[in-house]
Amino acid sequence: MIHSLFLVNASGDIFLEKHWKSVVSRSVCDYFFEALERATEPENVPPVIPTPHHYLINVLRHRIYFVAVIQSEVPPLFVIEFLHRVVDTFQDYFGVCTEAAIKDNVVVVYELLEEMLDNGFPLATESNILKELIKPPTILRTVVNTITGSTNVGEQLPTGQLSVVPWRRTGVKYTNNEAYFDVVEEIDAIIDKSGSTITAEIQGVIDACVKLTGMPDLTLSFMNPRLLDDVSFHPCVRFKRWEAERILSFIPPDGNFRLLSYHVSSQNLVAIPVYVKHNISFREGSSQGRFELTLGPKQTMGKAVESVLVSSQLPRGVLNANLNPSQGTYTFDPVTKLHINVATNCYWQLLSWDVGKINPQKLPSLKGSMSLQAGASKPDENPTINIQFKIQQLAISGLKVNRLDMYGEKYKPFKGIKYMTKAGKFQVRT
Amino acid sequence: MTDSKYFTTTKKGEIFELKAELNSDKKEKKKEAVKKVIASMTVGKDVSALFPDVVNCMQTDNLELKKLVYLYLMNYAKSQPDMAIMAVNTFVKDCEDPNPLIRALAVRTMGCIRVDKITEYLCEPLRKCLKDEDPYVRKTAAVCVAKLHDINAQLVEDQGFLDTLKDLISDSNPMVVANAVAALSEIAESHPNSNLLDLNPQTINKLLTALNECTEWGQIFILDCLANYTPRDDRESQSICERVTPRLSHANSAVVLSAVKVLMKFMEMLPKDLDYYGTLLKKLAPPLVTLLSAEPELQYVALRNINLIVQKRPEILKHEMKVFFVKYNDPIYVKLEKLDIMIRLASQANIAQVLAELKEYATEVDVDFVRKAVRAIGRCAIKVEQSAERCVSTLLDLIQTKVNYVVQEAIVVIKDIFRKYPNKYESVIATLCENLDSLDEPEARAAMIWIVGEYAERIDNADELLESFLEGFHDESTQVQLQLLTAIVKLFLKKPTETQELVQQVLSLATQDSDNPDLRDRGYIYWRLLSTDPVAAKEVVLAEKPLISEETDLIEPTLLEELICHIGTLASVYHKPPSAFVEGSRGVQHKRLPARAGSGESAESPDVGQSGPAEAPPAVIPSQGDLLGDLLNLDLAPPTATIPSVQPSMQMGAMDLLGGGLDSLMGDESDTLGGDIGGSPSMGAGLGAAPAAMPAALGSAPAVGGGLGDLFDLGGGVGMPTGAYVAPKTVWLPAMKAKGLEISGTFARRGGIIQMDLSLTNKAMSVMTDFAIQFNRNSFGLAPAGPLQVLTPLSPNQTIDVSLPLSTSGPVMKMEPLNNLQVAVKNNIDVFYFSCQYPLSLLFVEDGKMERQVFLATWKDIPNDNEAQFQIKDIHLNSDAASNKLQGSNIFTIAKRTVEGQDMLYQSVKLTNAIWVLAEMRIQTGNPNYTLSIKCRAPEVSQFVYQCYELVLKN
Repeated sequence: MIHSLFLVNASGDIFLEKHWKSVVSRSVCDYFFEALERATEPENVPPVIPTPHHYLINVLRHRIYFVAVIQSEVPPLFVIEFLHRVVDTFQDYFGVCTEAAIKDNVVVVYELLEEMLDNGFPLATESNILKELIKPPTILRTVVNTITGSTNVGEQLPTGQLSVVPWRRTGVKYTNNEAYFDVVEEIDAIIDKSGSTITAEIQGVIDACVKLTGMPDLTLSFMNPRLLDDVSFHPCVRFKRWEAERILSFIPPDGNFRLLSYHVSSQNLVAIPVYVKHNISFREGSSQGRFELTLGPKQTMGKAVESVLVSSQLPRGVLNANLNPSQGTYTFDPVTKLHINVATNCYWQLLSWDVGKINPQKLPSLKGSMSLQAGASKPDENPTINIQFKIQQLAISGLKVNRLDMYGEKYKPFKGIKYMTKAGKFQVRT
Repeated sequence: MTDSKYFTTTKKGEIFELKAELNSDKKEKKKEAVKKVIASMTVGKDVSALFPDVVNCMQTDNLELKKLVYLYLMNYAKSQPDMAIMAVNTFVKDCEDPNPLIRALAVRTMGCIRVDKITEYLCEPLRKCLKDEDPYVRKTAAVCVAKLHDINAQLVEDQGFLDTLKDLISDSNPMVVANAVAALSEIAESHPNSNLLDLNPQTINKLLTALNECTEWGQIFILDCLANYTPRDDRESQSICERVTPRLSHANSAVVLSAVKVLMKFMEMLPKDLDYYGTLLKKLAPPLVTLLSAEPELQYVALRNINLIVQKRPEILKHEMKVFFVKYNDPIYVKLEKLDIMIRLASQANIAQVLAELKEYATEVDVDFVRKAVRAIGRCAIKVEQSAERCVSTLLDLIQTKVNYVVQEAIVVIKDIFRKYPNKYESVIATLCENLDSLDEPEARAAMIWIVGEYAERIDNADELLESFLEGFHDESTQVQLQLLTAIVKLFLKKPTETQELVQQVLSLATQDSDNPDLRDRGYIYWRLLSTDPVAAKEVVLAEKPLISEETDLIEPTLLEELICHIGTLASVYHKPPSAFVEGSRGVQHKRLPARAGSGESAESPDVGQSGPAEAPPAVIPSQGDLLGDLLNLDLAPPTATIPSVQPSMQMGAMDLLGGGLDSLMGDESDTLGGDIGGSPSMGAGLGAAPAAMPAALGSAPAVGGGLGDLFDLGGGVGMPTGAYVAPKTVWLPAMKAKGLEISGTFARRGGIIQMDLSLTNKAMSVMTDFAIQFNRNSFGLAPAGPLQVLTPLSPNQTIDVSLPLSTSGPVMKMEPLNNLQVAVKNNIDVFYFSCQYPLSLLFVEDGKMERQVFLATWKDIPNDNEAQFQIKDIHLNSDAASNKLQGSNIFTIAKRTVEGQDMLYQSVKLTNAIWVLAEMRIQTGNPNYTLSIKCRAPEVSQFVYQCYELVLKN
């Protein structure tokens, strides 16, 4: 099981360590640092690193490496999932998961880690239960504690932990009962240079914020549940009922949680909302190149495409670019050496263009010229263009919630459903 | 108002201040002080000095304060065991507390205190807690049994906790069941043969019921446990599968993968015509695809597992090719895995798409990835025959880009394509030849040379091309040199008339101007072959090569089966069976090293000799007559050549070499002979010049590898002070047995170099010349490292002293006695045989000093059966003098302890083949008799090590 945890910051210092069994010397992290040094970019550190007596499994979140140490055969996914849970918990408790926040709350962090694992076995990882055991720090509570001398550790046995609904705490009370659901879809796509789609898929989630008194039992039904053939549920969802009736029936946890995530992969269901016209070329023997980009809406179901951000690594050897955007602003700093590749000792530069909203009547464009390093040969590779965008009030897969009902409680809650589509990893090859 | 204030005090008086605060009367102040202590602890500061003061704060009603003190206790109890006892009473009291939270907390904390004295007190409270009315306490207690087992396994067994734990599998609360399973699984891991998790249909049923209701982590434990069960029949198998399938929709990826493991395993038992079988296959794809939309590190683990699943059951993901397409900002480790799976899934149906993608990747910026992509195109061509043509044309397109590393990589894979589809795509050779000048990597140059040699008859200017390479022959890497030699010989055999000069040039470059034994030997072999029997040469050099297939990169089926049973584990990430690399959980230090090839293995195994080269015959001491045959055959691997017609000529060549030109084939050259006939091991399978004899090459590879390692050992020792004892020379070969030649000698190790000091005396009437020496295989692979340097003829009644450097890279065969060495010496009169014994101290290397910790662990780790005791009598040295003397012979004293007038010296010795010998020497003041205990994984060396001790100490 999980032996120890080390938190390492971006500059490579261990700033927190926690051992659940015997103490493992922090020198074990040297193997991690070696791997870190070898990696060309911070995110390229291999997730599992063997050492003579231990295995190190790490995740990088919020510029902090969470390095878990294991000694015997433990499923790596189990460790990674647990580390994610640690990150989520910190974020939940402190609002942000940063080195400063963790250091500011080091005792709470320690108490939390102790509560989350016992001898390497997960103990309490549900945020609802943890919050009953250890109250999150708030300014008010800190003040109250100092005055009254009370503590932020719960005195009661966490009720939820042993009930049939371990994810929900009991005795929840609200004056305003409300339940909000956000259907958020991200499009991952690769578009080739001619504009045709190579792969496209939708990663969808339904995130909920439920603040309901007592033990509400909810059902959520969809207009077109057939879309959802590849789903992962929160443990609260009754799987049998879904199998039989395609209805989500559940007693929700209190507060924010992810009800389900789904995956739509069949390509004819995935609409591509934007298109890109591009022309990035270099003339043989000249140190100048042309750069032209035009964006336009494609299948948007009549909704506006907003918050568009285009970014691209320009080809190796490009020294500067003189571009003219029809709208928005672009940044391109010729001095910044991004992504230094140790092996080849050359660098690429990142162009990013904050477009804003796409106006179908006047398509946004970015045109101009690029100049190469003197004497550099014509670049071999073609840059890939990364696009981010948002479309409000639309689930691009067409998923629609039919109705939400509540049983088990008498009051009438306020209900709300919101849809949104975003670009995930949306890439256009040139 | 944050905790960071606790970090600010780093002044000298910090501990003192804290101490005062901890003893304050004010509750609030106490708590703040404990918090400061904890904060210091988290960043690794030593605050153990405050132990008694912190423990004093334990008796409190304040739960937070209590928890903080517990945290502190867990960290420092080990260093203050006597103090920790003070806390026991509070623990025992807390275990009786009406609040279950406190009871659980107490038993949980007690289990984390790894102090023997405390564990004794833990038993009673633990027993109560295992039967507590509150499930929260029971589930905590279950884990505590595993903790206790980790500290004191015997105690857990004696107290019967294991049985109680087994009973908990039938508990009414699913969380308790899950924790009991988890605890049992962990305990079982350190008892591989125990029957702790005795699974029967009843327990399985209970587990499946608990599976639906416990937390996600509990589900992982239960699923992993289920995977160890073997259902009685297909119906039971199906019913388990049905109850596990819903887990595939879980949000926790570890649950999903554990469920996949159970299903993949139990599916084996289902009949394939069953409808359910098909349904199950369909159900497996979506969750696997979903895993790939998770965070990159999850993706990586998932991809490694999918790689296994795809090899076992390609049908599951055959329509999902697109999810493996690479995004440009994936981390490199994800990209490479995706690429691998793309090739495994490539089929006629999707090859066009795959190739288009791969071509796209070949224009990316990441050089490593681009290279892999180009290689992948080659693998596709080999895997999907119909696509070969398209692959070749894609590769040609890539060559046209003229990007240097792309071109080189493309040429390497085109060579493989030629080997898979001979005589099909040779039209592209012209294009390849255009790029000859831009190749600067050895692998690409070697591939190109291979192509030119192989198709010499179709390339008009093949001789010119090869000649151009020949100009800088000595600057090329060995790989290229060997390939060039073979290619020119091929060319000569195909076009003998025009290329005679060229072949002579390369042969002389290889044999006369090169220091590389591989190259030189291959040169000699070709030379002999060509000069004695050109027809045979043709058969050997131009032999039909076996086709290569894509199977070469598949995991071997039995390993695959095993890995499928370990889906989701570290084993599945490393694609190695768990036994190969996962250490036991009991902190065993060297349970088994990561699998190493060849000689490394044999060094580890206790049986030194028998595990040498694969073709070594059982250890039979050859009689005098057989010895010659044995020496000749040193490594020729008699029955392994696959083309019978070739063998006689090879044998003949070898005979001839040893008969006529023994001088030129001295020492280690003959050791590698076998290897070179079959194409040097360093050439790898792909480029083998004469694949027919490949098994021989494989067979001798380990010996060569081991030799390299030993050479490094030797190098490391150069420059060390010498002080080793050297025995006086003794007569090994009396003159009357050797037609007047008398040989006496001894062995010495000087500055890390093993030497055989010989005195040759001519007691005959005529002059002796042409001396040469060879060894038979022996236990430690001793072999001459150079020729016997007798430069002037030995006239009658003359004595000459020679020092022959020895290497330990020769072939290995266990001798009886272990240190026996059989030697053949030849001169112009005859060949003579004798045997001698060398002191084992010859093989003690200079870096034989073991780390103290490692010594301790290794000592414990070696079974007591391997310990041997000896008496060394009549030594009048004190322990320091003895230890100095021994150090001169590379016997290193690691530690010295004096107990009741008795000095104990702990010593280590490392042999050239990496066997460690540990020794404990007891010296009593005034007693001339020493007691020596020797422990070694190969117990048969102990006796000889003892002999060395005696020799060294007495001289």
